[in-house]
Amino acid sequence: MKLLKTAPVSAWFGMIVILFYVVLMLFAPILAPFGETEIVAYEFEPWSETYLLGTDNLGRDMLSRLIYAARNTMGVALITTFLAFTVGGFMGLLAATLGGWVDQIFSRSIDVLMAIPSLIFALLLLTIFGTSLGNLIVVIALLDATRVYRLTRAVAMTIVVMDYVEAARLRGEGLLWQIRKEILPNIMAPLVAEFGLRFCFVFLMISALSFLGLGIQPPTADWGSMVRDNASLITFGDITPLLPAGAIALLTVAVNFVVDWMLHQSSGLKE
Amino acid sequence: MSHSKEKDNLLTIRGLRIEGKSGDHWNEIVHGVDLDLKRGEVLGLIGESGAGKSTIGLAAMGFTRDGCRISGGAIDFDGIDLVHATQKVRRGLRGHRIAYVAQSAAASFNPAHRLIDQYCESPIVHGVMSREQAETDAIDLYRRLHLPNPEEIGFRYPHQVSGGQLQRAMTAMAMASKPDLIIFDEPTTALDVTTQIEVLSAIRDVVRDFHTAAIYITHDLAVVAQMADRVKVLLKGEEVEEADTRSMLDDPKEDYTKSLWAVRSFHAEAKADISTQSTPVVSVSHVSAAYGKVPVLHDVSFDIHKGRTVAVVGESGSGKSTTARVITGLLAASDGEVRFNGHVMPTSYKQRSKDQLRQAQMIYQMADTALNPKQTIGEIIGRPVQFYLGLRGKARLERVRALLDEIELEPDLYINRLPSELSGGQKQRIGIARALAAEPEFIICDEVTSALDQLVAEGILKLLNKVQKDFGLAYMFITHDLATVRAIADEVVVMQHGKVVEAGPKDAMFTPPHHAYTDLLLSSIPEMDPDWLDKLLKQRGEA
Repeated sequence: MKLLKTAPVSAWFGMIVILFYVVLMLFAPILAPFGETEIVAYEFEPWSETYLLGTDNLGRDMLSRLIYAARNTMGVALITTFLAFTVGGFMGLLAATLGGWVDQIFSRSIDVLMAIPSLIFALLLLTIFGTSLGNLIVVIALLDATRVYRLTRAVAMTIVVMDYVEAARLRGEGLLWQIRKEILPNIMAPLVAEFGLRFCFVFLMISALSFLGLGIQPPTADWGSMVRDNASLITFGDITPLLPAGAIALLTVAVNFVVDWMLHQSSGLKE
Repeated sequence: MSHSKEKDNLLTIRGLRIEGKSGDHWNEIVHGVDLDLKRGEVLGLIGESGAGKSTIGLAAMGFTRDGCRISGGAIDFDGIDLVHATQKVRRGLRGHRIAYVAQSAAASFNPAHRLIDQYCESPIVHGVMSREQAETDAIDLYRRLHLPNPEEIGFRYPHQVSGGQLQRAMTAMAMASKPDLIIFDEPTTALDVTTQIEVLSAIRDVVRDFHTAAIYITHDLAVVAQMADRVKVLLKGEEVEEADTRSMLDDPKEDYTKSLWAVRSFHAEAKADISTQSTPVVSVSHVSAAYGKVPVLHDVSFDIHKGRTVAVVGESGSGKSTTARVITGLLAASDGEVRFNGHVMPTSYKQRSKDQLRQAQMIYQMADTALNPKQTIGEIIGRPVQFYLGLRGKARLERVRALLDEIELEPDLYINRLPSELSGGQKQRIGIARALAAEPEFIICDEVTSALDQLVAEGILKLLNKVQKDFGLAYMFITHDLATVRAIADEVVVMQHGKVVEAGPKDAMFTPPHHAYTDLLLSSIPEMDPDWLDKLLKQRGEA
């Protein structure tokens, strides 16, 4: 709480924006004037009092879809990031703590995965396994887990060589205790910061895949595909298709402001 | 202070105040210190860490560390006002008329350039001499500083010479422009005693030959006795007293100075000679070990009996800590065995039972890295209590409180603190409590006092001595400081190049005849006698 008082304006801005998105996410059915997939009018209605931001290419209310998309896109991104951190983080901790051949096998396999450009790899996997929501989450989580693995392993390595970890080993503590009590608490700061950053990358990846038609599938609303669906309006000088893109940009910037501040804090607290 | 006296001064500091920034506000760390230094004079600055020694030393160059500022007072160097001088004037003085020798030469040299290139940089930049002249000078200085092969040593890179040689090369560099003043900031603290002698005598000779004034900063009183004409004692940014070295040593006026002098007088009382026939708590027999393919230990054997302290001494790289790693099972011995109470231990700690692990505990050199910064004191000490003794809840808490009492820290005050909220000495006490919590029979103390100030170190030694008596513990005391050995050891094992050179009861070890290496080691410990270095060098010259 004390920390919040010293937060700079940029971090405050970021936190307020994130809070706003979270509210949208939680109360989408109450806030949205119309249903997510409800066709309420003709295609491409202009902005009016009934349809505040007009309608899309199928005559669905733009504002309602924007609000519901917050829920879909962010929800998927959040689950994916959690999954990536669970898998990558745990493997990284194991590799750093055990070392030896475990580290070698994990690190080399992950090097192979990282050698393939991630967007192309994701497109490939989704084409092979089909574009269901579950596949989307698993594929992106696995790709991002490789990055999380690298970071976790690197920061955990600096802790593993500390005398207090040696003391725990000599005491006869088990592997999980060492990881949970001695190592994890000391690498939380960089991991939390990375979580924020990773969330943005995952989020952008989902939007990019949706834009290409392989992400979240219609009729579910999501910002990436909303840009694509309404792209033709741009030729008429209408800025409506840019709104979902703006929503993506705003959230990314906000998360980065908060992450920057947190990284600054964690580096300052290092003793 | 008469006017004529100040006129003779090379450096005059009056009422110096320095502030350091912490968070948003400035804290004063040096509270009005005066200092006078004549040409060719050596002034010793001594005090504990945090006394402001280095800060004052740097201020003598008109320099403050990042986050510090000179907030008051005057610094006059040969008529130049360093507080108000422009950056350009000050930069012109540094490395030219005032030079600085840092504690760690290894960290101060650029590893990518040869020694002589770094030597020549400053005189050329200041336009004092040409490259050829600088090189000739360098070789002359290397010779004066007793460096081996003075003609060619300058053409090596920093990693190709030893620590003691590097420290002398750094002194040569400081002398390059024939400065009027050199500031030595703990130049021998990181060196072994045998190397320290060479550096001390080299520095002293060259400072005398060139009639250079010097400020010699150290926390080692015996070293200052050899080097300085006058000594100034500092405490928390204030001067305690100042006097000629001899009168300061013979007759200190202030209580604080006396307490500093008295630290070295601590001695654990001699223990009754318990029968050596009984089974030793720890027995190391014919142990050899290697890191990969590099052999580090050769046929090391010694026993440690109940209630006794065995000090293992030797220079860095002699295999002291490696022996400890073999005993704890962190490093598997390639040959030989380790026994606890007559039972052969598995070579790796992973194969040892909980009870075997409990018997041998360890206290580390750096309390900072030995305590998990995210756990409270209660958790740190409570874990071994729960893990080994199975105590939980209230019983565990009671035990932790008893242990805190044992190490003389008020339980209510400390049990919920984090390690970062403790001082260095207190952290080391927590390390002791954690080892005691396992109720061991044997504790390895790895250089436990070398990172602490003398007064604090003495407190730790007293505590270790007390708990040894209370619990009948056996200690293996790894150290390179022979004063500590004198204070606490019953038996001494001298190691060199991974071998035991000599072993025996302390009294026998400190009385001649010795093994040649033991003799070298013992005679190299600085004594509080200003003539000690002269006598020793004369003795060694004759031998």
